[in-house]
Amino acid sequence: MFVKTLLLTCCLSFLGLDVGLAQEGKSYPADMADRVQACTPCHGQEGRGTNDPYFPRLAGKPAGYLYNQLEAFKSGRRKYPPMNYLLAFLTDDYLRQFADYFADQHPALPGPPATDASKSVLEHGQALVTQGDLDRAIPACVSCHGGPLTGQSPGIPGLLGLRASYISAQLGGWRYGTRTANAPDCMQLVAGRLTEDDVRAVAAYLAGQPLPTDPVPAPAGSFALPFACGSQPDGGHKP
Amino acid sequence: MSRQNRRCQLLLTTISAFVVGALVPAGAQNSEAQQPPEAIVKKGEYLARAGDCIACHTAPEGKLFAGGRGMPTPFGTLYTSNITPDPETGIGKWTADDFYKTMHDGRFPDGGLLYPAMPFGSYTKVTREDSDAIFAYLKTVPAVRQPDHPHELQFPYNNRSLILGWRTLFFTEGEFQPDPKQSDEWNRGAYLVEGLGHCGMCHTPINALGGSSESKAFQGGLIPMQDWYAPSLTSNKEAGLGDWSIEEISDLLQKGISARGAVYGPMAEVVYNSLQYMTDDDTRAMAVYLKSIAQDEPKPARASVGSQEASLLRSLGKTVYDKQCASCHGAEGEGRPPHYPPLAGNQSIQMESSVNAVRMVLNGGYPPATYKNPMPHGMPPFAVSLSDDEVAAVVSYIRTAWGNRGTPVNAAEANKLRSAPLQ
Repeated sequence: MFVKTLLLTCCLSFLGLDVGLAQEGKSYPADMADRVQACTPCHGQEGRGTNDPYFPRLAGKPAGYLYNQLEAFKSGRRKYPPMNYLLAFLTDDYLRQFADYFADQHPALPGPPATDASKSVLEHGQALVTQGDLDRAIPACVSCHGGPLTGQSPGIPGLLGLRASYISAQLGGWRYGTRTANAPDCMQLVAGRLTEDDVRAVAAYLAGQPLPTDPVPAPAGSFALPFACGSQPDGGHKP
Repeated sequence: MSRQNRRCQLLLTTISAFVVGALVPAGAQNSEAQQPPEAIVKKGEYLARAGDCIACHTAPEGKLFAGGRGMPTPFGTLYTSNITPDPETGIGKWTADDFYKTMHDGRFPDGGLLYPAMPFGSYTKVTREDSDAIFAYLKTVPAVRQPDHPHELQFPYNNRSLILGWRTLFFTEGEFQPDPKQSDEWNRGAYLVEGLGHCGMCHTPINALGGSSESKAFQGGLIPMQDWYAPSLTSNKEAGLGDWSIEEISDLLQKGISARGAVYGPMAEVVYNSLQYMTDDDTRAMAVYLKSIAQDEPKPARASVGSQEASLLRSLGKTVYDKQCASCHGAEGEGRPPHYPPLAGNQSIQMESSVNAVRMVLNGGYPPATYKNPMPHGMPPFAVSLSDDEVAAVVSYIRTAWGNRGTPVNAAEANKLRSAPLQ
């Protein structure tokens, strides 16, 4: 029995070496889905999300953005104990593989959920998302997240396919300092200028938008950002 | 499922300082100006890994060895000290004698007493030569000017003279004495496990006075403030390694995974920060020693759940298991080692304390990424998708199925651990 176990272990470790090799052109191995099984109860298979509105979809978000979040959870800069705990003893190299894997997934996205927000709330949200509010120095979401709101590689995430409660929780987190990003933390500046009503309106409007036919983020450097952002160090200019 | 969960260092903080001054390499009483040979600094770095100094003396996102990590204890929060060579806020003015006194006797250079969160009860076994090497290494790390954060202890624990009483009860000073009847390898393993490894800080029961009794060494215990159970290293019914092969024990310590189980929880941190860096020889020596201290001491299990409830739990538990767990751990709990640990025959599931099994189901977890297992597989957390009844049922099932000899767990026990600390 012992010899059998030993043999089995040896075989498995050789197998492990094989599957551990990165696929051509990819930073992660072919069996990466098995290695990120721990993510699925909250984020769904392939990171497509679940019915629970609190947990975000991961699939197709820019790899740089996903890596920044993973690194922030690992170091404790972004606080959410279940995530801080899971990632505490993984290496930055491995977290990059997580990020690359989820960025490469493109499962079918769910349609927008029904909303109970009023017409005036949705209009207010639309105005902030597409035009911002110059008087209050609030830039339009589209000025960084792109006209189709699909983000820009490597650091700026798309905003569609997320639930209103998740979006408003994140904006709230930035306003109260429980979510932070690399300095200069542009989202903290923007969120700090929003009122509760603004947050509700932006979240309701974004959550109600139909998904674009091509949800892939715009390439790095395809448009310039209106101000400096630590998550996109080259400012949206071509690196 | 988790195999040993030990977390040695966290238990508390270190208080203070490690120390030291100019290094005086053994044998060559040199002047302060003389630099210690590189080989000694290297050796010191390795030994500092073995002692896992970094885990306590570096704060999250803080500078290396600059201290400031808050460590909650039942008596208040202690903050670790700056052990960089900064002369004002670190140990820049210490001598090798000062450093040895701190390690060996738990006293600051001025004679003040260290809180026993700093594991001087274990470090007292470290040789003078090794202490000097660690000190030589610490003198080479970048100096950081960062004053120590004052401890936040509740009355009466803020009175350091109480430590005198603690020391009388629980501290025995003295370097490791090799056992001439054992092999050199065994003695090396014992030295590392009992000394720098300070495994007993977690794997020996802690009493209400925050002390651990030598007569109960390595018998396991619930780690205060963390709600993880550090299993006994002497009982084969818990994490005793008597029937493990040397290779399996070595894998667990160095890779974080093995054919018999993987490390999670506080033990994952120990492997990540410390044990993965140990040489193959030292790992093997620890394995030889750990295997030798294990013994069978069967204790009748006490069930907290009535037999009717137990059978309901097991039946619901099998349903949950087949749906959520069997795809990785196997229909018969056979697992797919080393990445998906076997549950059948897995000691850590059958221990009298069900804490670790419940927490693994609730919180999931990744074994640490190590040089020999850089891309570990992780266990999903089920806190969100399973109810208290389902958690209790599936844990009851795996503790009693396939010949496992654990006891059932009820929903209240599962619920209580939902609020266990996760950091």
